[in-house]
Amino acid sequence: MLKEISTSIRMLLVLTLVLGVFYPLSMTGFAQLFFSSQANGSLITKDGQVVGSELIGQTFASDAYFNGRPSAAGDDGYDATSSAGSNLGPTSEKLMKNITERADQVRQDNDLSQTAMVPSDLVMASGSGLDPHISPAAAKLQITRIAKARGLAENQVDALVEKNIENPQLGFLGDKRVNVLRLNLALDAMAL
Amino acid sequence: MFSDMTLFVVFAVVLIAIALPLGRYMTNVFFGENKIVGKFFLPIERIFYRLAGVNEKTEMNWRQYATALILFNVFGAVFLFLIQLSQQALPLNPQNFGSVETWHLALNTAISFITNTNWQAYGGESTLSYFTQMTGLTVQNFLSAATGCAVAVAFIRGLTRKSTHLIGNFWLDLVRFTVRVLLPISIVLTLFFVQQGVIQNFDTYQTVQTLEGAEQTIAMGPVASQESIKMLGTNGGGFFNANSAHPFENPTPLTNFVQMLAIFIIPLALVFMFGNVTKNKKQGYAIAGAMFLMFFIMLGVNYSSEINGNPIIDQMNISEPTSFEGKEVRFGMGSSSLFTTITTAASCGAVNNMHDSLTPLGGLVPLLQMMLGEIVFGGVGAGFYGIMVYVLITVFIVGLMVGRTPEYLGKKIEAKEMKFVMLALLIPSVTILLFSAAASVSDAGLAGLNNDGPHGLSEILYAFTSGTANNGSAFAGLTANTVFYDLSLSVAMLLGRFGVIVPLLAVAGSMAEKKIAPSGLGTFETTGFTFMILLAGIVFIIGALTFLPALALGPIVEQVLMIQGITF
Repeated sequence: MLKEISTSIRMLLVLTLVLGVFYPLSMTGFAQLFFSSQANGSLITKDGQVVGSELIGQTFASDAYFNGRPSAAGDDGYDATSSAGSNLGPTSEKLMKNITERADQVRQDNDLSQTAMVPSDLVMASGSGLDPHISPAAAKLQITRIAKARGLAENQVDALVEKNIENPQLGFLGDKRVNVLRLNLALDAMAL
Repeated sequence: MFSDMTLFVVFAVVLIAIALPLGRYMTNVFFGENKIVGKFFLPIERIFYRLAGVNEKTEMNWRQYATALILFNVFGAVFLFLIQLSQQALPLNPQNFGSVETWHLALNTAISFITNTNWQAYGGESTLSYFTQMTGLTVQNFLSAATGCAVAVAFIRGLTRKSTHLIGNFWLDLVRFTVRVLLPISIVLTLFFVQQGVIQNFDTYQTVQTLEGAEQTIAMGPVASQESIKMLGTNGGGFFNANSAHPFENPTPLTNFVQMLAIFIIPLALVFMFGNVTKNKKQGYAIAGAMFLMFFIMLGVNYSSEINGNPIIDQMNISEPTSFEGKEVRFGMGSSSLFTTITTAASCGAVNNMHDSLTPLGGLVPLLQMMLGEIVFGGVGAGFYGIMVYVLITVFIVGLMVGRTPEYLGKKIEAKEMKFVMLALLIPSVTILLFSAAASVSDAGLAGLNNDGPHGLSEILYAFTSGTANNGSAFAGLTANTVFYDLSLSVAMLLGRFGVIVPLLAVAGSMAEKKIAPSGLGTFETTGFTFMILLAGIVFIIGALTFLPALALGPIVEQVLMIQGITF
């Protein structure tokens, strides 16, 4: 028994050294060497300033930017140190209230009728609370508002959305989507 | 819709195409001569043996094997517990996290990771230092998977050896599987994940100024090296709270596809390996066939329920899909549904969408799969020895029906083995039902609920099912970081893990001692279509008999209420 105990402890320590120290450190080395941009968070800079990560959604509330999805991460949403979904179930009264209020807000912001259809991703929180994307339909719904706020022609904004639609990988993996931060950066670039 | 069907078919084809050669390779690792590959790996493994004082020439009987396994896991848990409590004094802690807040949370996490459960009562990015993630969690991601695989390999030895009480050497099985299978594949996966956007660094959290001028702090860390083994070892404990829904863990639909493959390849390869070792590949194909059959039934139920969506939301002029709460746009419905079904068919428990927000019947699928014991491919090793429980029960029932002594692979199955098999079946079931019942009538249990009505019961049921089945996914609305849940789930995880492993090692030991009789005219074939259907049928019948009442009070009644438009 003593021998087994000693073997257990020694084996654990050796394996910890290899799997818990050597392996992650060497992987970090390779990652930094070959894919340093991705390994460090796919950060995006604008005028020399880091404005966010391509992969991490951020709050856009103003009329002049495309708005992203509702977020349950942190108290105010899009808290990238506190990823989370709402975890509200399909018969949750609170969820239904949230969705109704958000849909009304979307319709109001975009001058739509009380009964206009709203894309579900625009009124439902993502799993991570950090979803960087919205559906093309959710982007198109906001075109009129943004064109007005920025004094641009609608077809200009529409063309920009079309240009920023990402297609499914390999043709069948994932849905069509638009990266909100990328799209808004392109919007800013257009205004200049 | 069409692209989702393409996804499901392509996934199955690619899975088989990888698992077949991997199964051959693993047969070589554990049962072969290993002349070529061994030359490279053996010297590395000998370093481990020498440093740990292992005699590679000796083998163990089942009691010695179980003792070594349990001791190793006990020290693993103690070590992980201590790291968490002292992380403030350890290096690689750029956020200056204090020691993990409560002792019961640290205990829960330690037990969770050694049992391959990886239940997350903590939020990774707000609680754990990089040192804890690496030397604690990443290590146990490897070792709990290797422990499971060792049991499966020992079980196969028990079935295929004759007239011996030896079932292998735990240390050799552990080290071989880690060095020759887990580590090489993890390295490849890690680099691929980083290329796609998974982060791998030791930076402090980055604070950026967003386009609208607000500040956003973004969590960092050595994620990719943990992500790969998290999937490959069917562990499922995320670096971040949101797990594989987090864009830094699972940035693209392609990484999502590869993560799903990574969950299933070793469990399926083990089934093929079993066929190879028994010198009759059809033995493996029959089991794999039953698994695929059950898998596609489960996937079909989940996917159609999610696509049908939520009639309450339909009435609010929200366009489809109406079951999109908790899902990510980059994955959409198909990749979310497939991931949910896979992660709970196996004992992975990583999530790329929040299961708490699934439609009731959509949420019933992960729940039921875990209740059945995760035998549809299942966890690394655990899936194989789990399905063996049902295989032996099937053989036993068929034997009773035709009035012959049941036998499997030429070995008689007698009262002694069946007693242990029934223990391995009953211990998890009883654990799930008793703990859930206790939680749903106690204040401490009800205090954690995030949802009312039948969904609340589902949250409790899901927690204990997930813990006992060593899955680790959650209806995460439940506040599980309380004394009650931390401790009760710890017990459930231990019972669900070792309450199955120990009886099955006993079966392995007992089977190894038997002679192998040549099959005769009256021998029941355990290959082919009939056996496949019987096996799947037995799994569903036992599952339904045990759990239907509980499911009826949770997801099933909630589905009816949702259709009627009732909310809580």
